[in-house]
Amino acid sequence: MSTEISDALVVPSAQAHTGKGLGTGNPADEFVIEPPRQRTAKTPRRTRTNFEMLAWLFMRLSGIVLVVLILGHLLIMLVLDGGVSKIGFAFVAGRWASPFWQGWDLLMLWLAMLHGANGMRQVINDYADKDSTRLWLKGLMGTATVFTVLLGTLVIFTFDPNI
Amino acid sequence: MPAGTLYRGREGMWSWVAHRVTGVLIFFFLFAHVLDTALVRVSPESYDTVIQTYKTPLVNLMEYGLVAAILFHALNGLRVVAVDFWSKGPKYQKQMLWTVVGVWVVLMAGAFYPILQHTLVDWFGK
Repeated sequence: MSTEISDALVVPSAQAHTGKGLGTGNPADEFVIEPPRQRTAKTPRRTRTNFEMLAWLFMRLSGIVLVVLILGHLLIMLVLDGGVSKIGFAFVAGRWASPFWQGWDLLMLWLAMLHGANGMRQVINDYADKDSTRLWLKGLMGTATVFTVLLGTLVIFTFDPNI
Repeated sequence: MPAGTLYRGREGMWSWVAHRVTGVLIFFFLFAHVLDTALVRVSPESYDTVIQTYKTPLVNLMEYGLVAAILFHALNGLRVVAVDFWSKGPKYQKQMLWTVVGVWVVLMAGAFYPILQHTLVDWFGK
């Protein structure tokens, strides 16, 4: 080790996370390995947020809610009361006459689509090596997701039993 | 396992693989399902026509498969939550996977007749 150390900015130790040294004044501070995802003035804007942590949290929270919503949906639609044979326009009209089931289906639509889209985003990120491939796949998947969520929402809100 | 791979096999990796595969399958079904349901906005006849395909034996069997995929994804998802948030989760992840598999087998056995009854009655009578 030579003497070409420190024009490092000395900051109080409480600000060690700023990536400007530990601030003890000890020249060896420069060799301390900074924690990953250090945020500095040079950090690009898009990585300054906690998006990935929030996405991780969303998957767990939406997942727990979806277990109730979807298993309930499957129980009513496929298991109880003759299973799939009872389903038809009249059955849907009967259910959507109630704001409770409209709300159930709306929440299920949004949470399931967002949960699925974020899962697909992770799968694409894991397996598509080329930048352009990832961009295209995620663009396509995102467009299809937005379209489907909006279509489903429109259908629930504008449903007309006397069509 | 060959050296130098991130894939470690056993319960941890295979449950992760199954979680991915079922997740992707469910997501693709979801697109189709929102589109077919959107037909209620077109006309009762077009909706009922498409729903008829859900009642054919082949699609009825696929519904049982869909329930199998969703049920595994749901139960294993709760296990993932437990691994992440419960302090003893990582220690018991294997036991929790076998619990998931056990509950899945019991529920799938219980759902067999109610879901496929439509087709079974069609084929074999009451």
